[in-house]
This record gives sequence, C-alpha cells and structure tokens, in this order.
Amino acid sequence: MTGGPASTGESARGQTSAVPAIRMEGIDKSFGAIRANRGTSVEVMPGEIHALVGENGAGKSTLMRILGGLMKPDAGHVEVNGRDVTGWSTNEAIAAGIGIVHQHFMLVPTLTVAENLVLGCEPKTRGIVLDYKRAAEDVRKLSTETGLVIAPDRLISDLSVGEAQRVEILKVLFRGARILVLDEPTAVLSPPEVRELWTVLRRLRDKGDTIVLITHRLDEVVEISNTITVMRAGQTVARVKTSETTPAEIARLMVGREVSLSAGKRVQPSGRPAGPQPDQGLEARNLIVVGSRGIRVIDDVSFSVKPGEILGIAGVEGNGQTELIEALAGLRPVFAGDILIDGVDMTRRSVAQRHDAGLSHIPEDRQRRGLILEYTVANNLILGVQKYFSRRGIIDRTRVMENAIQEISSFDIRPPNPVLAARALSGGNQQKIIVAREMGREFSVLLASQPTRGVDVGAIEFIHQQLLDARAQGKAILLVSAELNEVLALSDRVAVMYRGKFAVMMPAAEASEEVLGEYMIGTKKGNAA
Amino acid sequence: MNPISFLTQMIRIAVPYLFAASGGVVAERAGIVSLTLEGFMLSGAFAAVLGTNYSGSPWVGVLCGILGGLIFSLIHAVATIRYRADQVVVGVAINLLAIGVTRFFLKLFFASSSNSPRVAGFGGNINVAGFDNPLLWLGIIVAPVMAFVIYKTPFGLRVRAVGEHPDAAESVGVSVTRVRYVAVAISGMLAALGGVYLALDQHQFTDQMTAGRGFIAISAVIFGRWDPIRAALACLLFAAAETLQIQLQGSHAIPSQFIEMIPYALTIIALAGVVGRAVPPAALGKVED
Amino acid sequence: MTEGVQPTFTAAPWRERAQEALIPPLVALLVALICGDLLILSYGQSPAAVYRLLLEGTWGNAYGFGQVLYKATTLAFTGLAVSFGLRAGLFNIGGESQLAAGGFGAALMGLALPVGTPLILALLVCMIAAGLAGGVVGAVPAYLKTRFGAHEVIVTIMLNFIVLALLNWFIAGHLHVPETLHTPEIHAGVLPRLADIDPRFHGSAANLALIVAVLVAFAVWFYLFRARGGYELRAVGLQPQAAEYGGISVGRVWMRALTFSGVIAGIGGINYVLGYKHYYEDGFASGAGFLGIAVALVGRNHPLGVLVAAFFFATLSQGGLAIHAFVPKQMMDVLQGVVILAVAMAVPEVRRILRGARGRSDA
Repeated sequence: MTGGPASTGESARGQTSAVPAIRMEGIDKSFGAIRANRGTSVEVMPGEIHALVGENGAGKSTLMRILGGLMKPDAGHVEVNGRDVTGWSTNEAIAAGIGIVHQHFMLVPTLTVAENLVLGCEPKTRGIVLDYKRAAEDVRKLSTETGLVIAPDRLISDLSVGEAQRVEILKVLFRGARILVLDEPTAVLSPPEVRELWTVLRRLRDKGDTIVLITHRLDEVVEISNTITVMRAGQTVARVKTSETTPAEIARLMVGREVSLSAGKRVQPSGRPAGPQPDQGLEARNLIVVGSRGIRVIDDVSFSVKPGEILGIAGVEGNGQTELIEALAGLRPVFAGDILIDGVDMTRRSVAQRHDAGLSHIPEDRQRRGLILEYTVANNLILGVQKYFSRRGIIDRTRVMENAIQEISSFDIRPPNPVLAARALSGGNQQKIIVAREMGREFSVLLASQPTRGVDVGAIEFIHQQLLDARAQGKAILLVSAELNEVLALSDRVAVMYRGKFAVMMPAAEASEEVLGEYMIGTKKGNAA
Repeated sequence: MNPISFLTQMIRIAVPYLFAASGGVVAERAGIVSLTLEGFMLSGAFAAVLGTNYSGSPWVGVLCGILGGLIFSLIHAVATIRYRADQVVVGVAINLLAIGVTRFFLKLFFASSSNSPRVAGFGGNINVAGFDNPLLWLGIIVAPVMAFVIYKTPFGLRVRAVGEHPDAAESVGVSVTRVRYVAVAISGMLAALGGVYLALDQHQFTDQMTAGRGFIAISAVIFGRWDPIRAALACLLFAAAETLQIQLQGSHAIPSQFIEMIPYALTIIALAGVVGRAVPPAALGKVED
Repeated sequence: MTEGVQPTFTAAPWRERAQEALIPPLVALLVALICGDLLILSYGQSPAAVYRLLLEGTWGNAYGFGQVLYKATTLAFTGLAVSFGLRAGLFNIGGESQLAAGGFGAALMGLALPVGTPLILALLVCMIAAGLAGGVVGAVPAYLKTRFGAHEVIVTIMLNFIVLALLNWFIAGHLHVPETLHTPEIHAGVLPRLADIDPRFHGSAANLALIVAVLVAFAVWFYLFRARGGYELRAVGLQPQAAEYGGISVGRVWMRALTFSGVIAGIGGINYVLGYKHYYEDGFASGAGFLGIAVALVGRNHPLGVLVAAFFFATLSQGGLAIHAFVPKQMMDVLQGVVILAVAMAVPEVRRILRGARGRSDA
C-alpha cells in the first residue's frame, strides 16, 4: 500500500488461512432496554468476501461498529488476525488495518476528495502546513492502482452517490485497510454502479484483502460472497458456504420467526360488504415521487385498493415503500400522478384534509412519527384527531380521558394508565396506541406500514386480527411489510416493490414465498400493470 | 472629507471587529455557536486594564487580556462540549457573566462602578492611525492568518470537518471534542484581543465598553458566510459605515441610527437568502445525544 | 377480544417529571449560594450577615417587596414570551426590542388618547397597542423562519439592534421632551400603583401591571395545556415530524408561536410606561430580554415556574441594592450569570442521569 501512512495491515497478507482475519465471539451489546447483540459470533477468514446478512435490526451494524472500535461490547471478545483486540479504539482499529465503509457516508460534503481522504492523517510540510499537493498526488496514485477513478480536487457535494462510495472505499484503503467492512453498500446504488462495485471488491479480494459485506439483499449475497453468516434478532443463526446454499434457504434462515396466523383470513374468504361503489377505496395513478438526489424513488406506480380488501406490498426495504406511504399520506410531495380517496382527488391536499376524507395511517417509524413520546397515552390517542376532541378551540379533557379509557381497554394497552407518558410503554404497547387511534375511529382507507415491527408475538397476533376485522368491515387496507409471511397471510393481493416499481402484482392465493422472493431480489422481473 | 483620515479612523474602528470575527469564524466552523464574542471581548478588555494597571506594561496587559478571554472561553467550552448545554443559552449566560464579573472586579479593584483609572497603552498617534500600535498591525493580519490556519493546516481541515460532519471526523479517529475545545479557546483569545485593543486604545476600562461590538462581529461572520477573509471584509464594511456616520455627524444627511442598523440589516438579508443564501456549517449548534 | 383491563391512575409519572423539572434550578441555587459566599468573603464580609440583609431589604419591608414585585413583573412578561416560543421549539432572543416596542406603542396610544378617556377603555386600548407593537416585531423573524428558513436566534438578535435604533431615532428626532430621551407624559391609561391600594407600598413602583402579568401567565398556561392550539404548539416543539404526521402545519405553528411571543413581551411594556413613569424612555427595556431567557430557563418553560423565577431574579436585582453598603450590588450580576450557566449545564445532565437510571431498571 503506497498511499496510506499506516501500513500495519501488512500482517494480514502474511497470515496462513488457519488464523481468521476476524473472530468475534459471544458479543453482547445493549442500548438501554434494546439488546442489539446477544452472544453473537462471527468468523471471517482472510482473503474471502464474507456476507453478513439479516433483517433490519438483526444487529449487523452494531457488530461491525464494535469491530471498528466505535463501540465497546458489554461482553465477549474480538480477535483480529489472532490478536485479542476487545474494546479497542477507532484509531487502533484503523492502525490494525480495519476499514469500515458506513451505510450513511462518512464524508464531509464541503471538503474535496483529497481532503476527506487525508483527514486525521494529514501529510505536512514545514511542520504545520497541510501538504495538499502531496495528498492529491497520493489520491491519484491510489486511484489508478485500485481502479477507483476519481478526481482528487472535486467537492464531495458534487459527486454522485456511486462516486461518493468510491471515495469511501478509497478512504479506508488510503489508511492501509486490509480488512474492509461495507455496510449496505448497494442500498443507494444504481445497477451499473453495483456491478462496478463488485468488480472492485473482487479485485481487492484477489489481492488478498478480506471483505465483510453487510446486506439484506439476497441476490447480492449469492453473486459476490464466498461465505455467509446469517443473523437474526442479535444472534448468529448460521454460517454457510455460499456454494452450498440457495437464496431460499438464506431467506428462511433470515426470517425464521414463526408467527401464528391461525386467525388467518382464509377462514372468511371475502368479507366484503354488499356492493361497494367502483371508485371507493384508495387509488394511485401513475404516481411519481422524486427523492433527494433527483432520482425517481417511486417510478410511475398505479394501483387501487378496494373496500374490504388488503393489498400487501412486499419487497426488500429501501425500494420505495417508505416514500410510497409518505406520498399517499401527504407527508411527501408528489412529482406527478394522482392519489384518490373514495374517488376524490387528494393529490394536493394536506395531511389533515386526507385524514378528514377517511384516511388512517399507521406509520413505519412509531417513535419519530407516530407518537409524541413525552405526551401522555391519552394525548397520543388524539394526535391527528385533536380537532374532534375540542370545542371552540379548547380540548375537552373529559372526552379525551373517556376516549383513552375506552381505547386502552378495547386495545389492551398496558400498563392501563392514560396519564403515563408514551415513552414509558413497551414497543408493542406503543404500537397499540397508534393502532387504537387510527383504527378506533371512522375511516375508509388504512395505510399500515410495518405494523408489527419490533412488537412481541402477542401484540402481532392482536394487530393482525385488527387488520382482518377492519377488512371484514369493508375498509380498504394497504399493508407494507418487510415480513413476507405477514404479507402473504393477510393480503388478498400482493405486490412486490423493486427499485421504485411494482415488479409483480398477483392474488395472494397464487403467491408463495419462493415466487415473491425471486421478484424481491430482482432475479425475476415482471410487469405489474 | 479627508480620505486618509477616513481610512485611518475606519481601520481603528475595524480592529476589534477583525479580532472578534476571526475568533467567531474558527469556533463556528468547528460547530460551536459564537454568541459569546461580546463576553470574551469584555473580559479581555478588563483583564488587560487590570494587568496594565498593576504592572505598568501594556504587554503584560495583553497577556492578561488573552488569559481573561481564555478563561471565559473554557467555561463556554466545558458547558457546551462536556455538559452539552444549549449553546445559545450558554452564550447568553457567558455574556451576562462577563458583564457581572467585570463590574464586580471594577468595584473590587478600582472602587468604581463606571470606569477604571487611566492606564498605559501603546503609542497611538491618530494622524498616522496609531500605526505604532502593534495590536493594530496584528488586527490587520489576523484574518489572513486565520484563513491560512483554516484552509492550509491540518488543524483547519479538522475544524472544517468537525463543524460539518462530526461523525465523519470521529470515524477517522479525529477527536471532535479536542478540536472543538481548541477552536473555542482560540476564539476566546482572539475576541479578547479585540477587547484588549479597545481598552488600551482608550487607556481605560469602562462598564460594558464593548457596547455590542461582539454582536457586530457575529454579523460579520454570518454576512461573510463563515469565511475569514469575507468576514474581515464585512468588518471593514461595517467599520466604514460607522466612520461615515461619525464624519457626517451634524450634517443630518442620514440619521445616525440608520447607519447603525446597516450590519444587522445586511445580516438578516443574508440569512433570508435575498442575495445569495448564507448557509451555516451543518453541525453548528447541534447537540448530539 | 380482550379481558378488558380497568384503566388505573395509580402510577404517578408526576414524580419523575417533577424531579426533572426541579433538580436543575435547585442545583443552580446551591451553586449560586456558594459563589455568592466566595464573592462576599472576597470583600471581607460575613455571608450570613449579607444574606440576612438581602432578605430584609427585599422581602422584609413593603417598599423593598414592592420593588421586587415591580421588577418581577417585567421579567415575568419577557420570561413568558421566551418560554412560549421555546414550547414550539423556537428561541426568541428579541425580548428586549419587543418589550421596548410594546412600551413605545402603549406610550403613543396614551399620548393620542384624549384626557379623560375612561380608565378601563384607555388601559385596554394601550395594552392592545403594546401587544400589537411587540407582535409586529415578533412576526418578522417568524415570517423569515417559515418563508426562508432563516434561523430565528440570529434574526431576533439582529432585530433587537435594528428596532432599538429605530425607536431611538423616533424619540431623539421627533418625540422627546427637550434635554431628555423620553416622550411627554401620557394623557390616558395610567395604571394604578399598589401604593394607591395599600399605602405601605409607598414609594415603590409596583403597579397593577403585576395583575396583568399573572393573568397573561394564566392565559399562557391555559393555551398551552388546555387549548387545541397549545396541544399542537407543544407537539411541534417536541417532535415536529410527529406533529406533521398529525396534520399540524409546522410553519403555521412557528408563525403563531413567535408572533405571540412578541405580543407577550410587548404587553410587558405597560409595566414601565403605564405603571411607573407614564412615558416611554429610551433604553428602559435594556437587559430585560436576556434576563427573560434566564427566567424561562430557570422556570422550566412552565408559566408558574416562570412567575417564580421572575420573582427570584427580581429579588437578586433588588437585593443587590439592599446589600450595596457592604458588598457591591454588582455581585448580583455575577450570580445571575452563574445561575443561568448552572441551570443550562444541569438540565441535560439531570435528564441523562434520570433517564439513564430508568433505562437500566427497564433492562
């Protein structure tokens, strides 16, 4: 490594394959009440591309932060190239040749490529002056060596996402990294950029570097990795050779959790009330939503959800589901297309107007969007409908309390105390507050986004039953979930979102995890017209 | 109007701004809100007079003044960095504390509630703009030096990184805390020098003698879009307006109050983005928990 | 579907909230006492004797107490103004200019009204003028924030200087009594003093603006905690994204919060103009805006807390005069700064400690 000032990563090259490049064993890490890792173990051999897979919140990123010295484990130990390095610092990790490419770019947008690369290990002349010329020269040299082409003088804020990622990889290589950890590197890349990334990673591996790839996209895992570690809920569930497994098996290992769905909809095939109007329910026509970097995050999507129907949207997260729901709810501007609720055009209407038109919304992020954590349970139960609980601008506290008491008991919110701050409740009970508020009122269309994420099994069944009951009462429900089996069990029709479009839409009766899985990972493409 | 006398007067008025604004630039570029410049200047001015009075040497005064600013800036740094207190509130507190402490010590050391006795200063022949005053020279070069530090040194690179994206800096092993402590300390010492110049130029300390100059310096920082050279130019612009006001006194052409408003009005216009939006460092004033 | 658990109110979340609200000011008081001791000792005096003197001179006699009440009145207004903005997540540092503008508005109206206007009517009109003037000054940063995203902290600071210069120009150039920087005395709208009701307050400036302050505090409390607008305003201050999800227009709430913050500070102008001097004088508001921040901070943004904090800071200020013969009154300026600094540092620290302890017990 010529460019990097730190060359201690040299040791990695000389190692025989008997000593793992990374060995993490029995790692425990908690944040307050959340246990991100419990006894997690990972072993990565030198010179391989190792995929670390698992659903969101499985504890992958936390594990790699511990490896990079950004966090210290509560228990367990970490070895790098056979040396015990448990609880080391960022600087020690960098010096030992660990390079982490974070999911959210760790680049300073107002600085140039070269400045970002040398930050923290700046070359100097005359003792105090930053030798920018040498920095730029080093960057250029490293750039040619690795094939990661980028002009050193460009500002980060002017780069495309793919280019910014190139800089991220250069940055860790510049510091002499021989063990690279990439956290969800493809989440923001276009297909050609992904292919280019694979070329670079293969070249680095062939050179003897060790690469850990954190991802939840199974197609990538199969394409690029040598070995796979599967994580679920903070624990390691399997370590397999890529050549000896299939995407379906990995998916099964990742999801794993058995959810009881005995109260499934198939008991009551079509609980649709008599003769809904043809234009009732929710409809989207040629919807286009543009993201922060000018990319179409929703690209010409059309669909409708009829009363008494659940349309389930499956897909790997980050394919536009969040943006779709926010656009429908009025929280994100629409670039083109129409949104209709019960036949009325709502495209340019406010959140409150859509609410009044009968739209309910269980948001994906309950802690940030769905609840005001410092407010009491009672006050959270009127968020969005506060105007119906006030007379001449004054909140009717008696009715707020009555409402709270009623909802607490009919939705079994615990502890059953209406004046407790929402912050003090468990995740499942916080979710029940939202479900109670959104479904305990008059509504005709429901957007349910990840309605059971992070809640306990009992609450999951309860929420599923609520959704099925609402369907039976003739509500139109759009369900977005990362849990494939949840989508399959509850929906009448299912669609798969892939890169901002519906890859397929079919009756749930004809769908299976295998079929949907192929659409989810993009190996099978269809038209959902 | 004599252009030479205009220029010399303008530079004398500008020097305290130049010191304080340069200090403000470095602290804000590191992500720490600089509403404290006024307090730093005031404490510097008082400490300088105290030191000069007891030693008889303005050089000792300069050192004392720097020390005074340093002490206040370290209080600011501990409160905002170690205790993660709200930077605006701490700024207000530091300014009130500086007023209070200087008043109390004015009473304690000089038995006066309005001003100190006359102390020695540097030479200051007004006709040649007091150019035998070393602080004046220092004031003129402080902005270019600050530009060099921020754009051409490793420390400056770290300052810019820490103020824009502290996580990125931390991820490559740069200590955000250490960079911010140093930046705030520098801002305290520089702003204090502005106060020192003011006090030694007038040969005494008077209660609240900085009279809002720290806030003009903040205006210059914002109007100069957090760039040392542009901030310095803003200081000169504001000083020119003030000079104009003084030299026009009695002519009633424009009421002096309207000239007083210029820096503040320009700052608001810059913030509202009417002429090129002023975008602060991304992490300015943010407290991460 | 459920076993229908009966809701209970037994668990008391209030204790934790009270701890979080009250510990920082108490810590600050302790720190201030220690600093005060040191300052007093540096003057070679006995802290106990000086503190006794301080209490006697403020709460110990009707005149002193009246002065404390007078000073507390203005601080209550600016403190309420700051806390009202902070409840929406906005920092109004423009209290000083809003207060001054309010006083100016009241004085103009008092001058414009004919002699003999019925007192209640005159007071009402003057008060509305004060509120409007303050509201206009508050609406500027509100508009610039909602429309252009200009940060309200800097805009309100800058606006302080602009508005004060403008008022100075009005007074110095157009409206002053010769040789002074104040307007002529108003013709109508003079607020009765407390001494008119209870002669023991004789000589003190305390007046019925005090009652107005208490009423405004009640109104703020009612709005924040009983009205729909307050529900929405606090939601925006706590979690803007959740507020947006709840159909609340964040921009409109910002606009309302800063404008009314200005109105509240503006009404405060009546304490000096209608209650004390009966004219507007340049610089009467000096420092009251910054102290309002201190009052809001120590009062933990609760109207009742703000009233108590205003009383506390007024006591410090008046107490300085009481002890001046032994220790310079400037000591109180130092203590003010110390108290704000201590509260500012203690608030996040106490929250971390309390929440941290709770987090552990959950796990």
